Amino acid sequence: MDTLEKTLQFIESLGYPVVALCVLGVVSAILLYIVARSFKVEEDPRIDEVEKMLPGANCGGCGFAGCRALAEALVKNDDISKLYCPSCGSDGMKRICDYLGKSAPEHEPQVAVVRCGGTCEKRPRTNTFDGARSCAIASTLYVGESSCSYGCLGFGDCEVACTFGAIKVNPATGLAEVDEEKCTGCGACVKACPRMIIELRKKGIKGRRVFVSCVNKDKGAIARKSCSAACIACTKCAKACPFEAITIENNVAYIDYNKCRLCRKCVLECPTGAIVEVNFPPRKVVESQPEEPKTV
Amino acid sequence: MPKTFPIGGVHPSECKISRGEAIKPMPLPEVVTIPLAQHIGAPAKAVVVKGDKVVVGQLIGESGGFVSSNIHSSVSGTVTAVDNFVNAQGLRQAGVTIKVEGDEWLESIDRSTTIVRECSLEPAEIVSRIAAAGIVGMGGATFPAHVKLTPPPGKKTEVLIINGVECEPYLTADHRVMLERGEELLIGVEILAKALGVERCYVGVEKNKPDAIEHLEKLAKEFRNIEIVPLKVQYPQGGEKQLIAAVTGRQVPSGALPIEVGAVVQNVGTTLAVYEAVQKNKPLIERVVTVTGKSLAHPSNLLVRIGTPVSALIAECGGVPENTGKVIGGGPMMGRAMVNIDSPVTKGSSGVLLMSESEASRPAEGSCIKCAKCVEACPMGLEPYLLKVLAQKQRWDDCELHAAADCIECGCCSFTCPANLPLLDYIRLGKGEVMKMIRARAAKK
Repeated sequence: MDTLEKTLQFIESLGYPVVALCVLGVVSAILLYIVARSFKVEEDPRIDEVEKMLPGANCGGCGFAGCRALAEALVKNDDISKLYCPSCGSDGMKRICDYLGKSAPEHEPQVAVVRCGGTCEKRPRTNTFDGARSCAIASTLYVGESSCSYGCLGFGDCEVACTFGAIKVNPATGLAEVDEEKCTGCGACVKACPRMIIELRKKGIKGRRVFVSCVNKDKGAIARKSCSAACIACTKCAKACPFEAITIENNVAYIDYNKCRLCRKCVLECPTGAIVEVNFPPRKVVESQPEEPKTV
Repeated sequence: MPKTFPIGGVHPSECKISRGEAIKPMPLPEVVTIPLAQHIGAPAKAVVVKGDKVVVGQLIGESGGFVSSNIHSSVSGTVTAVDNFVNAQGLRQAGVTIKVEGDEWLESIDRSTTIVRECSLEPAEIVSRIAAAGIVGMGGATFPAHVKLTPPPGKKTEVLIINGVECEPYLTADHRVMLERGEELLIGVEILAKALGVERCYVGVEKNKPDAIEHLEKLAKEFRNIEIVPLKVQYPQGGEKQLIAAVTGRQVPSGALPIEVGAVVQNVGTTLAVYEAVQKNKPLIERVVTVTGKSLAHPSNLLVRIGTPVSALIAECGGVPENTGKVIGGGPMMGRAMVNIDSPVTKGSSGVLLMSESEASRPAEGSCIKCAKCVEACPMGLEPYLLKVLAQKQRWDDCELHAAADCIECGCCSFTCPANLPLLDYIRLGKGEVMKMIRARAAKK
């Protein structure tokens, strides 16, 4: 009897708070439900799906703040011809567009190209920089470790900027080198390079490319003095080019990749070896030609 | 208790090796290269061409705008090139190269050593003479002097402060000027005061130069309104804002110029150049440069023609010692290592410092231990450790929020960091980006 009464008393004293809490919980739940219903944001479930198909690196190569932002744009915009994820490439974009039922934008795959051939041998290092290891800092302070004020500084700002691990500074050459397999052409390194050496170029058939690996705007004699692989703007390449793809401005040659047909005549003409060919099979007829530096 | 600025600062070892060396005129070099941009603002436009004969004091570069400065030939001879040359940073810059032939001066320049005390010119005339003489701030910032002497409308100058602090270790050029050219210096102060219409002039000198303080105090009795203010030895007291705070107790607001608190600051070297320009009609063609270093054979204070190659200065003082790791243009705190010692002395070169390899090498970087020594040392009240991280992460908006633009690049943070972090390197990067943003916004308006 005694114990029963005590138990009842206990339940009674406990009962009120429990009941009050339960009621509060139910009321809150109802409130939350109503709020959630009335303020519900209708989001296209396809955005999540598209985001999953994107690489998720948030590299910014598409021009949007991140992969989610691009996914939203891809789903919402009717005209997606301007939208492109360089990291997915054409295949990836096609998959996404098939899923969305839209026509895939045509883009030729691009790859980052480091336009400096000033290796340690070709461009002697005249001093040692012992400040913070950053190209941005070194370039605001002085000419750099060599006497070329246009060349690769080799402190790897591009390496830091690359989310795919595709560009690395080779300690042997002192130059940034691109791993073509990993490079998605997002352009993060292009933005990071304070000397504007890196360029996005069309990857080309079988990855074959011809480009001028120098951006030195000094006059020929000065450029040559600081680096033996410098473009000296001798115009030999421009004259040799049958497709008028080569222009020379500000003492440096530039090959337009839309006009270049990869005939490689310019490579043979270049007296300093500043024009570089990559991913070509070895030449069959061996004329007296200089060894080309294979720097990408 | 001697005066000093209220927050931050460090006290590096002074190393004023050359303090006892009298100013010695440097023999004329064979060739000089006079840069056309030796000042903040627009570069001057060359008014001579290759083959022209020039004499000392002749105008060779015309001021390229209001914030710009005239450039004069420091030697007589033939112009051999008006072209780019390689400067101390290894970069190409426009300059006039002159082959020295004899030493013929413009006749209008008074070369006598007599001291001219009286100045009867009107303030506007004084300023125009200073502008014509191409005088810029010779403490290192190279801000055109006539701009400082033309206060913006609505602003009244109340005090003139002459910067004789020379807080950078090693440098003694200003110290020697105060000792040897004291009277001319004070006449220069008087002229500047007249140009600005101020009643109160102070000459701030740090207490590690007791001889200069004593000498100037004795001379100042002859002058009205000039007061010599001895200051506690504390780096970077020579910073404009720090000096104003030390002498007057006024704080220049963030992002504002000293004129905001009614102050104008001029360096000792600049003041002497003002005296010479106004009283002797001599443009800025030479300056005192301290050439120093622990291993240098004869550390000296040389009176050097602008455009003389730095290598000639070093040769005059006994040549580059074998163990030299770095040659620094300026003092050890704010100076910059030179990659080309054949580059010329400019209007802003206060010193050439040769550091041995062991002195010059930076110790290995550690990790930030959040000890806040840099915060304590920052004379601008910034948070260097934070700014460094923000700049490293390229968060320029946050850099602006944390006042990176207020950094005076004195280097106290890097000096004091126990982890040897390159704090200033990154802050300077952040400051540069913030300044770019500010300029872009101003251009939009």
